[in-house]
Amino acid sequence: MQPSPVRDLIVGLFVALGLAAIAYLSIRVGGVGYGTPGGLLLYATFDEVGGLKPRAPVAVAGVTVGQVRTIGLDDLLRARVSLDVDADLHLPVDSSAAIRTQGLLGDQFIALEPGGEDDLLAGGDEIQYTESAISIERLIGKFVHNSGIESE
Amino acid sequence: MKALRRLGFRTVNGIAHLGRLTVFVGDIGNNVVRPPWRFRRLVDEIFDVGVLSLVIVCLSGATVGAVLGLQGYVTLSRFGAEGSLGAVVGLSLVRELGPVLTALLVTGRAGSAMAAGIATMVTTEQIDGLRMMSIDPIDYVVKPKALAMLLAMPMLNALFILFALFGGYLVGVGLLGVDGGTYVSSMENAITFEDDIAGTLLKSAIFGALVGMIATYRGYTSEPTSAGVSASTTGTVVTGSVAVLLFDYVITALWGV
Repeated sequence: MQPSPVRDLIVGLFVALGLAAIAYLSIRVGGVGYGTPGGLLLYATFDEVGGLKPRAPVAVAGVTVGQVRTIGLDDLLRARVSLDVDADLHLPVDSSAAIRTQGLLGDQFIALEPGGEDDLLAGGDEIQYTESAISIERLIGKFVHNSGIESE
Repeated sequence: MKALRRLGFRTVNGIAHLGRLTVFVGDIGNNVVRPPWRFRRLVDEIFDVGVLSLVIVCLSGATVGAVLGLQGYVTLSRFGAEGSLGAVVGLSLVRELGPVLTALLVTGRAGSAMAAGIATMVTTEQIDGLRMMSIDPIDYVVKPKALAMLLAMPMLNALFILFALFGGYLVGVGLLGVDGGTYVSSMENAITFEDDIAGTLLKSAIFGALVGMIATYRGYTSEPTSAGVSASTTGTVVTGSVAVLLFDYVITALWGV
């Protein structure tokens, strides 16, 4: 084959396009490097996280403001969740965090409820008031138990 | 007795093929890591494998994504879970359909042409001609082709997935009225880099190496007749497709991607 500048250009374009597609998949869809430096890192401890997963959204009044970084256990064997939220979010220190579900069968996310104090949460702070995930199985179990319909 | 003899011959022949393939691949690998790099040849081959497969890969991607969106919607809406459409389309594409379908398409489009090209060179004694000029045909003909397949496959795979996600979005959001933000966010929440994107790139790179290897081997070892050319082309498509599907299972079982 004779060297052809046009073909070289087309191959270059193809390689650029392919690498751009890989980069887009990794960064936008795969979520590499979402945590922008300067994002506010908060912690919250829950008795039960249910089906919460890393990268689940964190919302205030339904507006997504960040995502769940990691989920682990603390010394008292409770679930410790780190949240990565926007740095310019002014959250009072008595704000609360609750694990909610999008719709009946949707994914779980963390809803932040702003409190009324003047002091604001800073990076690395712990959210004091938390509300665990509601386990439907446990609710049904409680209901059955209370109605006195116990199995043998 | 005759059947038994044939079975024995087939078995021994198959093992001999495996041995020749191993030596062949070792020869390619040896030439890849040593100069001359043959960069100009590599660019030409990437044009053949990558650029010329671009249209069929992107078109198939968009169609597959659109069908997935339609099928997923019908099933999910029974449970009122249309919100998870993005996750269903995205995960099935990234983990399975993207790498496998791209590899099958490229095997049919570029792998067969690659085998036919080398087999024709064998038939018309061009390979022997190269040897007479003391140019190693593995280094000059085979290596750039196999390497181009390995390099182009992950890129084509990424483009296939992108077009499929777009096709699914078009059908789900544009046609069936799923909320666009829900579609995208359920997809982005479900897919992670470490588990899914890295897995899809690994899979397509392995498939690329596999198809490149099979296509060049079948072409290089073809009988120097016109029947040999057609046999090596058919053999490439059949062996390549089966190998891709088989290795897909093995990779999924080993690494869970």
